Amino acid sequence: MDKIPILSMGEFLLVTIQVDMHDRLAMTLQDDLTSRISETGARGVLIDISSLEIVDSFIGRMLGNIAAMSRVLDAETVVVGMRPAVAITLVELGMSLAGVKTALNVDAGMELLQTSLGSDEEMNGSYV
Amino acid sequence: MATVLNQKAGNLGSILTRHREEILAQWLREMSGTTRRSDLMNEAEVKGQCARFLDLLIQATAAGGSNSDSNSYDPMRSMLEEISRSRALQGFTPSETATFVFSIKRPLFTAIREELSDGGEVAQEMWTATELLDNLGLYTAEVYLKSREEIIRRQQEEMLELSTPVVKLWEGILALPLIGTLDSARTQVVMESLLESIVKTNSRVAIIDITGVPTVDTVVAQHLLKTVTAARLMGADCIISGVRPQIAQTIVHLGINLLDVTTKATLSDAFALAAKRAGLKFIREQKQRKDKQNNLEEVE
Repeated sequence: MDKIPILSMGEFLLVTIQVDMHDRLAMTLQDDLTSRISETGARGVLIDISSLEIVDSFIGRMLGNIAAMSRVLDAETVVVGMRPAVAITLVELGMSLAGVKTALNVDAGMELLQTSLGSDEEMNGSYV
Repeated sequence: MATVLNQKAGNLGSILTRHREEILAQWLREMSGTTRRSDLMNEAEVKGQCARFLDLLIQATAAGGSNSDSNSYDPMRSMLEEISRSRALQGFTPSETATFVFSIKRPLFTAIREELSDGGEVAQEMWTATELLDNLGLYTAEVYLKSREEIIRRQQEEMLELSTPVVKLWEGILALPLIGTLDSARTQVVMESLLESIVKTNSRVAIIDITGVPTVDTVVAQHLLKTVTAARLMGADCIISGVRPQIAQTIVHLGINLLDVTTKATLSDAFALAAKRAGLKFIREQKQRKDKQNNLEEVE
């Protein structure tokens, strides 16, 4: 069975979805990603969906769920590179993925993660 | 029946041939009195069209009788199409266009009365001519409407293309000035072209300027929110600018929630915010220039 690779980059995890998502694959990704986050103690997750062309409400919900789960595990999730057609479809389905951070591409997403983590650390520092 | 028709038409044709000049002259007089629009067409043009119409009518009646559906009327029909199409473009009203055909009746009937002595024959001939000319006149009106519809359809398409210009204000900052009412079809186009441009130019901020949108109702607001949400999903921020006081009032009265969307009064405010977010700073160069001038003066 095919799997979606999860790459570790420093304190972040990079997930690139290169194939069309089907439901089973999304469920597997959810399992794999949550266990990888807890194994590695990653601070951020980048999900690159620039090759994803087709979404349905289930995949949309999975993206939201994965982001929520990662947040519970103390890792920020950024969804990057969503295609216009995919964005329009999700909006028409009524899924605005509130609470999920987005960025145009992996670079911008990485930057976003770094700044948000940086401000977190500053805040933590000020408490000490 | 066919022979009777042909004979009648033969009469009509021969009357037309014999009285061609008279009919033409009287027809032109008729038109200059009532329907000729000297502001839109000159006399020579009208005269040329009338003469061609008469010639084609003579030809058609000679070959195909008074049945305007027959093939011999094809050149006549194509000429009428051409006339009514050009008049639709020139701005004639439909009745003015159709009257071009109908106004030949009076001179033609005069000619028929002169030619035939028997009352029954005159009535018969007039009926044939009326029927024929009515058909041709209606055909003209029909073509007129068709070409009008064509014009409207083309303009609609052009407007749709014109109405969605996405402009790049700065590296990473896009603006979409919206003008006119937003409906579902237009919003779809607007949304698609904005999102495409975001990908193409790699922009993180998009400003939607609604200064030119006359009214915002729930549907329009819904469309705007959809566009903003779709852009956010792709990782770009949207700022809505150009909200006029009345529109702000309507939005609040309608209970539309625009809390999640950044709104600014003018495009320049929105651009300033976008520049700030992109980490840009604008510095006035005036002082330096003065210094340069001073330097130059010193050199002189």
